[in-house]
Amino acid sequence: MKPQRVLAIVRKEVKKAIRDPAILFMIFLFPVFFVLAFGLAYGASFGSDGQTAYEIGVVNMDQGPASQTLLTALSKTEILRPNIYGDNQTAQNDLSQGRVQAVIAIPSDFSLSLASYQAAPDDPRSWVNTSVALYLDRGSLIATQVVPSIVQQTLMAITGQYARAPNPFRLEIASLVEVKSLSSFEYMAPGMFTFASIYILMMVAQSFVQDRENGMMKRIRVTPITSAEFMIGQILSYTLIALVQSALVFATISLLGFRPDVGALAYIFAFAIILVFSLSNIGFGLITATVARSGGAATGISFLFLLPQLFLGTFVGMSLSSAAQIARRFVPSYYVTDALTSLFLRGADVTSPTILFDFAAVSVSCIAVLMLGVFLYSKHCAI
Amino acid sequence: MCAKAVEPGIVVERLVKRYGDVTAVNDLSLQVTRGELFGLLGPNGAGKTTTINILCGLLKPTSGFASVCGYDVQKEAMKMRELIGVCIQETAVYPYLTGEENVKFFGDLYTLDGETLRDRCSMLLERLGLAGDARRRVSKYSGGMKRRLSLILALIHDPQVVFLDEPTVGMDPQSRHAVWDFIRELKKDGKTIVLTTHHMEEAEELCDRVGIIDYGKLIALGPPEELIRRGGVGNLEELFIKLTGRRIREEA
Repeated sequence: MKPQRVLAIVRKEVKKAIRDPAILFMIFLFPVFFVLAFGLAYGASFGSDGQTAYEIGVVNMDQGPASQTLLTALSKTEILRPNIYGDNQTAQNDLSQGRVQAVIAIPSDFSLSLASYQAAPDDPRSWVNTSVALYLDRGSLIATQVVPSIVQQTLMAITGQYARAPNPFRLEIASLVEVKSLSSFEYMAPGMFTFASIYILMMVAQSFVQDRENGMMKRIRVTPITSAEFMIGQILSYTLIALVQSALVFATISLLGFRPDVGALAYIFAFAIILVFSLSNIGFGLITATVARSGGAATGISFLFLLPQLFLGTFVGMSLSSAAQIARRFVPSYYVTDALTSLFLRGADVTSPTILFDFAAVSVSCIAVLMLGVFLYSKHCAI
Repeated sequence: MCAKAVEPGIVVERLVKRYGDVTAVNDLSLQVTRGELFGLLGPNGAGKTTTINILCGLLKPTSGFASVCGYDVQKEAMKMRELIGVCIQETAVYPYLTGEENVKFFGDLYTLDGETLRDRCSMLLERLGLAGDARRRVSKYSGGMKRRLSLILALIHDPQVVFLDEPTVGMDPQSRHAVWDFIRELKKDGKTIVLTTHHMEEAEELCDRVGIIDYGKLIALGPPEELIRRGGVGNLEELFIKLTGRRIREEA
């Protein structure tokens, strides 16, 4: 392995990325402009198709029958899927890691309160008032918009009221004030970070195909550079470009107001996972370059890998059908966005199980895709 | 000097390359001695480039043997590539790099040290008339300038054996004569040169010996003047017509 050769490849590719107007636009300018345009356009609201079901945690401290009535009523909504937790701490941990979209804490006097209401519905002074705490996933815009109103309506329903009439239950939404301070754009920010680095696959595909078309690959093959030196040089170049690209997108997102209150470690982790993620896009680029016979074909085939990652794993697909929610588990970008959402919006720690799982999923899938890409390209298109 | 100095520069023995039913190189045997300027002539599709590609280790022959500087082109390709320079038929240069950056990139692939690379880069750019444009992006170069740069890329590491695949194709007469002068200088420097062309006057002008191939088969081999004399013709073009019944460039 001669570092001089590897560095020569890296320098050449970086100069190409900076000097080739088409690549400069695709890799750097397009993601930045896209983030700017999307961020500005979606700074206010984001709609929901209302078909998604939300996992919610329930910490039931009440021993009476009313809490069971509430649980049954919540299940019947078909929008909420209650999961019973033995203690609040476990439920909060799962909430911070995105396993549930909300946690409802039913107080110990809930049945007593309902009974007092049913005994004298017209005499508020005799009611035993109580508070039902609702904790929301700050990383899910739709959950914060949908879940509180459904829980409120369910509480009213079990009192036999369907209009906003006085009742003994007060819904305390623990994080709603903070949640409401986030804009739609901020909910999309982690997905935007992921989105930008997907485009590297198009650059890889086009670059390899063009070098093959114009004879550069042939020219390189008559030099003493080894396949390993060439591939390592290429992979290092694109990883470096992905890092610069991510920094630019992150700067743009910050400029638009996304400044999560997390430590330096979280930022380091974010760039690390993006770097690992870029390996899969290099791999997809190599697979595309193996199949494509022209630059135009490379662009077209790139979209086969690019679109699923875009729609299933970034901010573009924030509200997905249940089938798409299953499908997205097969695209690496989903795990990147999930990890960044947990990190930046849910306040999860870098060492939390969900983030570690996401990182492991990204690492394994990305290295596998990269190895497949290198194998296919080396086998079918001599280096 | 070739690594194995006692060996001929290039040895080709019963070389065959088939693509399905098409035989691109058909039982080709020849030798090129060290320091010789050898011309491989023939019309487009005759098998010249296929032969060069096999000799550079880019293609595997269907059968037969070839060595360059004593190294088997299949089994010892890496060692052989240190010693050869190849100017491929395509004008393959990076348009987004400057002329100088292109040259230095290939110098790095041959792991030349900084001083040698600078010296060779300046000397070659000067000799091929590109010194004044060395810092311009290649996308701004004319076709002839790109061809000359392509030649420099093949020679940056001072190779012992040089393969020039149609080096003057598409050049204006002035550039072509400049390249001819440069090729003569390479020969004076002791390089073994294999030149493919379908310009017969180029071969007559430059080559010590030529091999004429048609449909992958060697149909004539020897010094140009001797072939012309033996064939009782006025030039190599007429010899080709006499041997094949058609003009060499009618398919070009």
